[in-house]
Amino acid sequence: MSLSRDEVTQVALLARLRLEPEELETFTGQLNQIVEFVAQLQELDTHDIVPLAHGVEVRNVFREDLRGPSLPREAALANAPKRNSESFLVPAVLE
Amino acid sequence: MIDPTRSTAVHLLAQMSSGEVSAEEITRAYVDRAERLNPTLNVFLHRDVQKALDQAKAVDARRAAGDSLGPLAGIPVAIKDVLCTLGEPTTCGSRMLKSFRPPYDATVISKLRAADAVIVGKTNMDEFAMGSSTENSAYGPTRNPWDTTRIPGGSSGGSAVAVAADLAPISLGSDTGGSIRQPAALCGIVGLKPSYGRVSRYGLIAFASSLDQVGPFSHDLADTALLLGVIAGRDPMDSTSVDTPVPDYLGTLDTPPPSLRVGIVREYFGEGLDPEIEAAVREAVRVYEAAGATVREVSLPHSKYGGPAYYLVAPAECSSNLSRYDGTIFGHRAEDFSARTPEEESIPPLIRMMMASRAEGFGPEVKRRIMLGTFALSAGYADQYYNQALKVRRLIRNDFDNAFKDVDVLIGPTTPTAAFKLGEKTSDPLAMYLSDIYTITTNLAGIPGLSIPCGMTKSGLPIGLQLMAPAFAEETLLRTARVFEKATDWHSRRPGLS
Repeated sequence: MSLSRDEVTQVALLARLRLEPEELETFTGQLNQIVEFVAQLQELDTHDIVPLAHGVEVRNVFREDLRGPSLPREAALANAPKRNSESFLVPAVLE
Repeated sequence: MIDPTRSTAVHLLAQMSSGEVSAEEITRAYVDRAERLNPTLNVFLHRDVQKALDQAKAVDARRAAGDSLGPLAGIPVAIKDVLCTLGEPTTCGSRMLKSFRPPYDATVISKLRAADAVIVGKTNMDEFAMGSSTENSAYGPTRNPWDTTRIPGGSSGGSAVAVAADLAPISLGSDTGGSIRQPAALCGIVGLKPSYGRVSRYGLIAFASSLDQVGPFSHDLADTALLLGVIAGRDPMDSTSVDTPVPDYLGTLDTPPPSLRVGIVREYFGEGLDPEIEAAVREAVRVYEAAGATVREVSLPHSKYGGPAYYLVAPAECSSNLSRYDGTIFGHRAEDFSARTPEEESIPPLIRMMMASRAEGFGPEVKRRIMLGTFALSAGYADQYYNQALKVRRLIRNDFDNAFKDVDVLIGPTTPTAAFKLGEKTSDPLAMYLSDIYTITTNLAGIPGLSIPCGMTKSGLPIGLQLMAPAFAEETLLRTARVFEKATDWHSRRPGLS
């Protein structure tokens, strides 16, 4: 298995990363090396093995559904890169 | 007055309660030392000296008034910059969060405050905790106090050096694949990664959520036990934190463990292990034998698959966790995101803004892991890569379960080599990944791992011994390690910094 430059371009788009041409070159080489390294896992027969998502398997932790204070608007907006008095501002989504 | 910066938290607490030294004097001494050494070592990304001194003075005033004080009253603590501190810079070593000021404290920070600790600063780290050398920080590398041409390890390099160079007696780091234990080993101090679920991750900026855990750095195990006792326990804000009682780690530390069956992991003594490290670890085994331990060789047959499994699971989780940095709610936003090529014209402006912001905000290692994870989770590859890695993760956990049927703890080297030179591995990501080969599997299995000093190389660099125990057996782990610490003096070595 090896990744072509076009596939890396596609992955970068999915990952929302704009790559410079030289980055694309470097990352393609490095990602291929890493993919080759992780491909060792294919040697193992894992047919009957149940995947393990967490080291300590805790599931279905419930709590009472109670109302509590939420973050005040000003605190929530304080770190916004662009805002007005009540909203986060982003580039136009609709034409 | 004896220089308080050559002490430990437990001793400083005793000296404060007997009136030999005040909290203000202690904080002042550490702050002054940091003032002198930080320009060389680059440990702190943010310090608020006045605030720290005010906290210390408040402790002194309450002590004088006869108030009851918390278990860390007046003790300076350095904090890895991956932990949120209310209203104070929390950069995670990234340009992305350069001006981020969290609207809340991480639970471990609230616990430190409730314990009356003095927070002396936020420490340098590999960006978003991805790295093994602290060279991936957007704010320059941290240097190893034993040899400033060498790396301190990572990703918690700043917190490790804070303690090793006595800029704070204790500190907090985080460990996703070795990021506490590896720098502890390379800096000659004690570092513990607790069991997954032992310590709350609320307010710990997420890298790989099924692996991340907060833990302490210190000079000796008494301080490890003290700090672990403060930060451990269930937190309603982190549903992966586990509701098991927190033992009195410090109170039982000096009681020898009822059973001392030590396993040596056969697979950890293979190719790539530096002979000097191997010799130090073999000597540690002899120390245990002399202390009456039953030592036997055990096998963790899937060890060699730990790295490959980790470098799928961790990047997969990272690609998901780091999708929140998109230039909209917080973090860096690119000023110019206009289309540069005809292909980019077809991408909507909102998406271009996100892509440009992430390109400017993240460094190369973070981008590499986001892309690797995105690839491993993408349609057509998820089964082959990500799901296979989760199955191998089960095999690795089963290896540990089997080994712990016959032994109480496992020991081996923490790292394959001592601290390497700055720049030595920065152009070869895969070589950098291999410095975590002995630490990665405990994160995958969820069990606790501890590194303690066990020797020095001929060129004067520290060597770490790793001990591992079953999940939630931290008490056994610390008591077993204490047997070695009492029989040796490696933990009392300090680098020759003026």
